[in-house]
Amino acid sequence: MLENILLTIATAATPLLLAAIGELVVERSGVLNLGVEGIMIMGAVTGFAVSLSTGNPWLGLIAATIAGALFSQLFAFLVITIATNQVATGLSLTLLGIGLSGMIGESFVGQPGVKLPTLDIPILSDLPVVGKLLFAQDPLFYLSIVLVFAVMWFLFRTRTGLTLRSIGDNHTSAHALGISVHKYRYFAVMFGGACGGMAGAHLTLVYTSQWIENMSAGRGWIALALVVFASWRPLRVLLGAYLFGAITIVQLHIQATNLRDLESLPAPLYWLAEIVKSIPSQFLSSLPYLATILVLVIISSNRRLTLINTPASLGRPFVPDR
Amino acid sequence: MRIELVKRSQHSTFFALASPFIAFALTLIAGAILFAAIGKSPLTGLYLYFVEPLTQLWSVHELAVKAGPLIMIAVGLSVCYRSNNWNIGAEGQFIAGAILGSAIPILMPGFQNFLTLPLMLLLAMAGGALYAGIPAYLKARFNANEILTSLMLVYVAQLFLDWLVRGPWRNPQGYSFPGSIRFPDAATLPEIFPSQGAAHYGFVLALIAAIAVWFFLSRTLKGFEVRVLGASPRAGRFAGFSTKGMIFLSFMLSGALAGLAGIAEVSGAIGQLREVISPGYGFTAIIVAFLGRLNPLGAIVAGLLLALTYLGGEAAQISLGISDKVVRVFQGMLLFFVLACDTLIHYRVRFVTAISGEARNA
Amino acid sequence: MKKLLFAMAASAAAIAFAGTAEAKVKACYIYVGPVGDFGWSYQHDQGRLAVEEAMGDEVETAYLESVPEGPDAERAMERFARSGCNIVFATSFGYMEQINAVAGKFPDVKFEHATGYKRDHPNVSTYGSKFYQGRYIQGQIAASISKAGVAGYIASVPIPEVVRGINSFMLGAQSVNPDFSVKVVWVNEWFNPGKESDAAKALIDQGADIITQHTDSTAPMQVAAERGVKAFGQASDMIKFGPETQLTAVVDNWAPYYIERVKAVADGTWEQIDVWHGMAEGNVVMAPYKNMPDDVKAKAEETQAAITSGEFEPFTGPITKQDGTEWLKEGEKADIGTLLGLNFYVKGVDDKLPN
Repeated sequence: MLENILLTIATAATPLLLAAIGELVVERSGVLNLGVEGIMIMGAVTGFAVSLSTGNPWLGLIAATIAGALFSQLFAFLVITIATNQVATGLSLTLLGIGLSGMIGESFVGQPGVKLPTLDIPILSDLPVVGKLLFAQDPLFYLSIVLVFAVMWFLFRTRTGLTLRSIGDNHTSAHALGISVHKYRYFAVMFGGACGGMAGAHLTLVYTSQWIENMSAGRGWIALALVVFASWRPLRVLLGAYLFGAITIVQLHIQATNLRDLESLPAPLYWLAEIVKSIPSQFLSSLPYLATILVLVIISSNRRLTLINTPASLGRPFVPDR
Repeated sequence: MRIELVKRSQHSTFFALASPFIAFALTLIAGAILFAAIGKSPLTGLYLYFVEPLTQLWSVHELAVKAGPLIMIAVGLSVCYRSNNWNIGAEGQFIAGAILGSAIPILMPGFQNFLTLPLMLLLAMAGGALYAGIPAYLKARFNANEILTSLMLVYVAQLFLDWLVRGPWRNPQGYSFPGSIRFPDAATLPEIFPSQGAAHYGFVLALIAAIAVWFFLSRTLKGFEVRVLGASPRAGRFAGFSTKGMIFLSFMLSGALAGLAGIAEVSGAIGQLREVISPGYGFTAIIVAFLGRLNPLGAIVAGLLLALTYLGGEAAQISLGISDKVVRVFQGMLLFFVLACDTLIHYRVRFVTAISGEARNA
Repeated sequence: MKKLLFAMAASAAAIAFAGTAEAKVKACYIYVGPVGDFGWSYQHDQGRLAVEEAMGDEVETAYLESVPEGPDAERAMERFARSGCNIVFATSFGYMEQINAVAGKFPDVKFEHATGYKRDHPNVSTYGSKFYQGRYIQGQIAASISKAGVAGYIASVPIPEVVRGINSFMLGAQSVNPDFSVKVVWVNEWFNPGKESDAAKALIDQGADIITQHTDSTAPMQVAAERGVKAFGQASDMIKFGPETQLTAVVDNWAPYYIERVKAVADGTWEQIDVWHGMAEGNVVMAPYKNMPDDVKAKAEETQAAITSGEFEPFTGPITKQDGTEWLKEGEKADIGTLLGLNFYVKGVDDKLPN
C-alpha cells in the first residue's frame, strides 16, 4: 500500500515539478511569467488533441511541448521587446490560454484519450517499495527528475548558466558587459514554456487521459508558488513538489480511512484519529494552500538566504539605454 | 528585422489619450478575424458583443449589475498596483467581506432598522481589509511574496464559505441544501429604479468609490506618496516615506473595497449568502484595473466595457451559437493590446533592419 | 461608422427573425456547466436535442451554458423570457431564487426548475429525479462481486441528493452483505478530473475493489480500469472509458419529461406540477449490466423490475439511522419531505456529515 501511495504522490507531483522547474529558469533570468497556468492548459489540450488524432501519445507530448514554447513567445514578445508590465501580461496569457484551449478542445470533450506508456526498467523495478516508484514510471516522471539535475548543472556549472543568472541579478550591468539580455530572456521563457507544455501534456496523457475545459485547475499557480518556496533552487523545487503532492494525497487518505478500520489501535491514537476524522472536509481541502503559505513565510523570513538566491531584477522590464 | 524601443524624452500626450482606442480597435479587428475563422459573420458577431446589450433598458441595468463589483474592486487594486503591491487575491477579500457583512442578517435576523445596512457595509469593509491584511503582514514582516500568499488565501476563503453555508449558517428551512436564509428587506441593498431594471445601489457605491479614490490619489499628500513609492521605491525612501506603511495602506484599502463589493453583491444582487457568490469578479477586476490604466476613473470605463463583453457573449451564444469561451479570448486579447499600446506612451518603436543595424554598429 | 452599425444591426435582425414566421414553441435551457461535461449538463442537453428530434418543425430551442448561479442566471432567464421563449428549463438547484423572481415578471412564460422545491408563481414547475433508485441496485451488485467487502465512494458536495445516494447504495449492499463497508471521500467539487482520479487511487489503495462516484468526470472510471477494479458510471453511460470496468451506470434521461412538457406548451395544456420521476417514468435508466456473473446480473434486473413496477422502494423499513436510532419501522416507506432534505446516514456508513 505504501508503494502505491508513493506512486500516487509522484503522479500528483510530476506536473507541478515540470512547470516549476521551467519557471525557475525563467525567473532566474529576471522574468516573472504568471502565465504558467495558461501555458499548461494549452499544452494539455494540444497534447490530447494530437495524440487522439494520430493515436500516438509521443507525438502528443512533442506537440504539447512545442505548443507551450510557442505560446510563451507571445508573452516573451510583449514583456521583453515591448517591455509591458510582466504581472499583467502573464495574467492575460493565462486568461487567453484558458479561453483558447476551451475553444480548441470543444470537440474533444467526452472522448477517452491515449496514455503514455510506462517505461519499466527490468530487475530494478522489482525492488521492494521503491522499485515501482523509481523504475516503472511514465516517461515524464523520469524527464522531470532529469530536468531538475540538468537545470542544476546548467545554472551553477556552465558559463551560459552563470550569464543567465547574472542577467537576472542585474540586467543593466549584464548589458554593459555586452551580453544580449533580450536573447537570453527569450530562450529562458521558451524553455519555461516548453516545460509548461509538458506539464500540461502530463495532465491529459498520464494523469487522467481525457480533456476537460479548465482541467489544470490552478496547478500552474501552485508551480509558481513552488519556485518561491524553493527560493529559486532546483533541488528544493523537487522537494516542494513532492511535499505538496503528499499533502494533497494524504488528506484524501485521511478521508478514506474508516474509523472501524482503526479499532485495533491503542486508545490515544484512536481518539486522535477520531478528532482528525471529525474535521470538515473543506478544512482538509484547504490544507495544501495553508501549508504553501506557511512554508513561503518560513523560507522568506530568512532574509539572508532569500537575498542570495532571489534574482534581483525579477519582474522589472529592461529597455537598453543608448 | 528587429524591433527596438527608444525612450521618449517626455511621455506622449497623444498616445496617452489614443492608446485605449487603438487597443480597442485592434481588438475589434482581431475579434472579426476570430469570428470569421470559426465560420460566423464578423459583423453580426461584433454587433451582438458590443451593441446589442445596450439597445434595451433592462439590459443596461444588467450591465450596471455586472460592472459594479468589477469597478469597485478594480479601483482598490489600482492603488495597490500603482504602489507596487501585487494583490491578486481580491476574490478572497470579496468573499471575506461578504461573510462578515452577512453575519448581521444571518446571526441577528431580528435586528432590522436603519442601521442594519450601514453596519453590514462597514463590517464587510473591515472583513475585506483584515483578510487583505494577512498577505500585507506576511510581506511586511516576513518578506513573503504577496502574489502567492494572496492567491492561496482565495482558495481558503472559498472553502471556508462553502463550509459555513453548508454547516453552521445553513438555512434550517432549506431542506439541507447549502445557502443561508434570505436577507430581510432591511438588509437588502435596494434597486435604483425598481420599475426599470435590476441595477442596485452597489453600482452607485462603486462610482463614489472610484471618484473618492481618484481624489485621494491625485489630490492628497498620501496619494502622492503612493505614486512616488510605486514609481521609484528608492526615491520614496529618501523622501522619508514608509514602504511597510504603504504595503498595509494599499492592501487594506483594496481589501476594504473588495469586501464592500462582496456585500453589495450578496445583499443587492443575490439576497442570501451562498456557497458560490462570485463568478470570478476578483480576478476579472485585475484586468479591469490594467484596462483602466490603474486610474480609478479609467476603471469605470474599463469595468463597463468588460461587463459588456459578458453580456454580449450571452447574446452571441444564443443567436449565433458562439461558445462562451470566446469571451475569455476577447478579454485576454483586449488586455494584451492595451498593454502593448501603452508602451507607445513612453517609448518610440523603431524597426531596425539587419543592414541599418550593422551599419550603426560599424 | 453609422453605416457599419446599421449593417451589423440588419444582419443581426435577420438572424433574430429567421424562422419566427409560423408559431413555433421556443424551448430554452440554462445549464450550470459546459454542455461538454459528459455529465449533468451534457445529459440535459441530450434531452433538449431529443425534443428537437421528436417535435421537428414545431419547436425551436436555445441554450446558455456555464451560467453561474446568482445574478448571471437571473439575467440569462430574463433574456430568454424577453427573446420569445415560451418555456425555460433551468437545470441547477442554485437557480431557485432567480427563477422565481423572473417568473413573477413574465407570467406568460412557463418556467421549469430541476431539483428545486420553490414554486412562488403558478407558472413555475419543479421536477426532480430518483437517482437513488439506481444506486440501490449498484449497492447490491457491489456487495455481490466485491471480494474485499469494501467499496470506495467518491462524493461531490454534501447535499441531500448525494446523501440519498450514499444511503441507498449502502442499503442495497447490506441487503446482500450486512457487514459491507463503504469508504467515502468528499472532493467538494462536481467536476475536477485530477482530484477525482486522486480520490479513486486513494480509495483503491485503501482496499476498495469497487469504485462508485457521484462526481461528473470520467476520471475515476479510467483509474479503476488501470488498477483492475470495477466501477459504476455516473450521469451518462461511461462504458467507452472502461469497457471491461463499468458494471453499469445510473443514466439521467430527461428526454421523456422534456418532450412531454414542451408538447404541453404547444397544446396549451401546460399546468404547474411538482414531480419526482424515477425508473417507472423512464427518467432513471440503468446502462447495460456488464462485466459481472450472470446470477448477479439476474438479481440486478430483478430489483430493477421491482423498482420500476413500484413493488419495491429502496427506502423501506426497517431502517436504522447511523447513530442507532430507528428511522423507519418494518414496511414503512420514507416520506418525500424527509427524503428531499435527507441529512443523516443510515447505519453502517462510516463517515460524518458536516452540520
